Amino acid sequence: MSECWPTIRITVNGQRHLVQAPPMKRLLDVLREDLHLTGTKEGCGEGECGSCSVRMNGELVNSCLVPALQAEGATIETVEGLAQKGELHPLQQAFLKCGGAQCGICTPGMLMAAKHLLAHNPHPDIAEIREGLAGNLCRCTGFMRIFESVIAAAAQSCVAEEQRGADAR
Amino acid sequence: MNTSETTRIVGASVARKEGVDKLLGRARYVDDIEREGMWHGATVRSSIPRGFIRSIGFDRRIDWSQFSVVSASDIPGDNHIQLIVADQPCLADGMVNHREEAILLLAHPDKHKLREAVEAVHIEYEPLPAVFSIEESERQDPIVWGTDNVFKTFLLEKGDVDSAWADAAHIVEGEYRTGAQEHLYIENNGVIAEYSAETGVTVWGSLQCPFYVHKSLLAVFDLPAEKVRVIQTETGGAFGGKEDYPSLLAAHAALLAMKSGHPVKMIYDRMEDLAATTKRHPSRVRHRTALDNEGKLLAMDIEIATDGGAYSTLSSTVLSRATLHSPGPYVCPNVRIRSRSWATNTVPYGAFRGFGAPQTIFAVERHMDEIAAKLGIDPAELRRRNFLHDGDTTATEQVMREPVILDQLLDRALAESNYHAKRAQFTGENPTSAVKRGMGIAAFYHGSGFTGSGERYLNSLAGVDVTPEGEVRVLVSSTEFGQGTNTVLTQIAAEAIGLDYCDVIMAPADTGIVPNSGPTVASRTAMVVGRLIERAGLQLVALLREHAGLGEHFTRAEFFAASERYRAAKGEAVSLCRYQPPPGIFWDDQKYRGEAYPAFAWSVQVAQVAVDTVTCSAEVEEFWAVQEAGRVINPVLATGQIEGGIAQGIGYALYEKVLLQNGQMINNQMTNYIMPTAEDVPPIHAHFVEIPFQHGGYGAKGIGELPHDGPAPAILNAIRDATGVSFHSIPLLPEDLFAALAARQAIEEPAAV
Ligand code: FES
Ligand code: FES
Repeated sequence: MSECWPTIRITVNGQRHLVQAPPMKRLLDVLREDLHLTGTKEGCGEGECGSCSVRMNGELVNSCLVPALQAEGATIETVEGLAQKGELHPLQQAFLKCGGAQCGICTPGMLMAAKHLLAHNPHPDIAEIREGLAGNLCRCTGFMRIFESVIAAAAQSCVAEEQRGADAR
Repeated sequence: MNTSETTRIVGASVARKEGVDKLLGRARYVDDIEREGMWHGATVRSSIPRGFIRSIGFDRRIDWSQFSVVSASDIPGDNHIQLIVADQPCLADGMVNHREEAILLLAHPDKHKLREAVEAVHIEYEPLPAVFSIEESERQDPIVWGTDNVFKTFLLEKGDVDSAWADAAHIVEGEYRTGAQEHLYIENNGVIAEYSAETGVTVWGSLQCPFYVHKSLLAVFDLPAEKVRVIQTETGGAFGGKEDYPSLLAAHAALLAMKSGHPVKMIYDRMEDLAATTKRHPSRVRHRTALDNEGKLLAMDIEIATDGGAYSTLSSTVLSRATLHSPGPYVCPNVRIRSRSWATNTVPYGAFRGFGAPQTIFAVERHMDEIAAKLGIDPAELRRRNFLHDGDTTATEQVMREPVILDQLLDRALAESNYHAKRAQFTGENPTSAVKRGMGIAAFYHGSGFTGSGERYLNSLAGVDVTPEGEVRVLVSSTEFGQGTNTVLTQIAAEAIGLDYCDVIMAPADTGIVPNSGPTVASRTAMVVGRLIERAGLQLVALLREHAGLGEHFTRAEFFAASERYRAAKGEAVSLCRYQPPPGIFWDDQKYRGEAYPAFAWSVQVAQVAVDTVTCSAEVEEFWAVQEAGRVINPVLATGQIEGGIAQGIGYALYEKVLLQNGQMINNQMTNYIMPTAEDVPPIHAHFVEIPFQHGGYGAKGIGELPHDGPAPAILNAIRDATGVSFHSIPLLPEDLFAALAARQAIEEPAAV
């Protein structure tokens, strides 16, 4: 049976993979079951909660709504790709410090949504943060610590930018 | 304990213990775990609310030989879930009492085969008449549970209520209703179970209370304690929703594991979780209150009814807490509370953050504003005139022996929110604006720990040990599900022993490893279990000093060297402590009199709400919460608890409606059961006033449930302030607002005829 499934090429967190999967298999399941990247979570399976959020070709998507076929050739970023060389990403550091994660189940998706937001808008104001995270439900935090985390991460990358600027001179 | 002594780690916002794992996406939730040869399980559920099962047929288009099928007749032990009364079957046997009741279980190696198979089981029923509301159950025709449809009743009496009415200057009556609320933890219920004849049953799961599940499995499988092992996996939210339900789900998966000979994973999808698992009890509360000329309470006559659903589960203890929180934080010489929990043919209601208190606090705090309006007194002032103080007695005649600082909390909340100035400003603006603003208050307590003699019955055991690998472990069955158990308990242990935070870890929440420190419920963990860990830590150091030559002052290396010596001599380096009730605690379970709770946490909340009279939407614009919950062990985590609880309370008030049709939830999706999002939650300002409680872990009291108690009444009080319209039930959705505002407009501006 599996022999007749198409082979799908995807690059996840910089690593290329060939996956044989039914074309309508959800990207979420490809990540979790085929690639054993279980950081991406399922909360609703219907595009409402955002806990399955990943970046696909630079866009924020709910991986529970993306069929494997559609991910053919795509570049995917998941929570597992955030930390580099054992060093937490500034967003992860900020979530840790500011209490942005409680039960943690929304966190991988929230981090990806926050990363996506900062990629387009490095210094969002509170209204922009609220809007950017509106597709990601968190039942634990009441969102305040998450907003604070994003603000802190933005400030930190601002420090890092200045640092790079200073180094360049 | 000396709580005034300065602490190094307690009181510091150290990072969440398991935080890095969660942030890296490597924390292992149950669905992230695979077992060798694992199958998947699914549940065939009742499609009627009540009736006899006449036949079960299996569609021939399915090759059933590939499935394991479990029915009630496969249960080796008692077909009941062990909670307070063992009335809920593990699998329906001949009769169903609610929609979605589990009848059959199926397992297959391929989870994608299960949905079709579930649909290919055909069950024929002989329906029986059913009841779906408190009022229908009260008619006691038909009787759907026991002899009278009543799960539990309480009568609490103080003074003489009946003699108070004659001399009262004012009598105010009101009826208040609250709807069901879904926990909506983002991780649905799920477990994995294994079975073998030699080792018995092992369950991994998303759950709050490993020993509750353990107890239930012992009965279902008729096994000795050592043959059942329950291990909590990382848990993606619970809020009470994983207090009792996992006992049922674990039994289901374990039965399938036994029948199939394979590990079986059962993970509910969102629709199944919403349709089949517990929710907050709906309630109806009636108040009749006598007051003197000054607005002082003379008598409170309170009648409480809750809808418990089809089986008793935790309804009696939820009702108990509802009863004990119903008079609010006020002094009143004459109080009578009559409460009942009623059976209906809906999915059993269960534990949810606050455990009955949000329901009755909604009623009393809404009622206080009705009284204030009737008497023409400012709502803040009316409360102040009736607040409990040190030395006063509650409705159960519990004397307030610890400081009660409600006046201070109220003053702070009014100042932080700029309450009076804003009210004046809105009163000026509202008449000419389509958007009407208002301010609303709620004042309340939440009893920390189990009610009455509960903690004594639990008799919790907890401690610390030192492993050969040089780690200090906290030994508790208290679980982490976001609220901060891991962090707070390791902080306390590190503080007590004199080590660093990073030297202490949590032992796995595995009934095969840790002692029973009681369930992780009732805002008891930091206070009760925290105190046990504090004592156990101090005791460990004393043991090492006495038996292993540990000096008065010691380095980390000296501590671990002494632990090694101690282990070499005694076999293990462990220190356990058992619960000791604070002295002078008395509780009469019959009369419901005495020390209802070992301690109370106190709070005053203020909501600023804007009601758009054109769109009929109510929006909370800002929220303030001032609380005294003893010593704050970790300010960032504590603040997160307050904010998260308030967000849930806002949802309870304005967003979250469980739509039931013949006992079935029909909006069982996240698309139509709506919770507040990042765009809906207002700025929340949380402030703590700390008074260490001498019998809590480093002075802590309970914090987790407190914040959920106040938002609903504070918000509806603010809507009354804004619009002049009193609302008596929640959830209050735009259509409800529309109906009421339109009706009022019709009175104010009679149509020209
Ligand atoms: S699981 Fe994909 S949005 Fe909820
Ligand atoms: S931290 Fe639990 S859902 Fe967000």
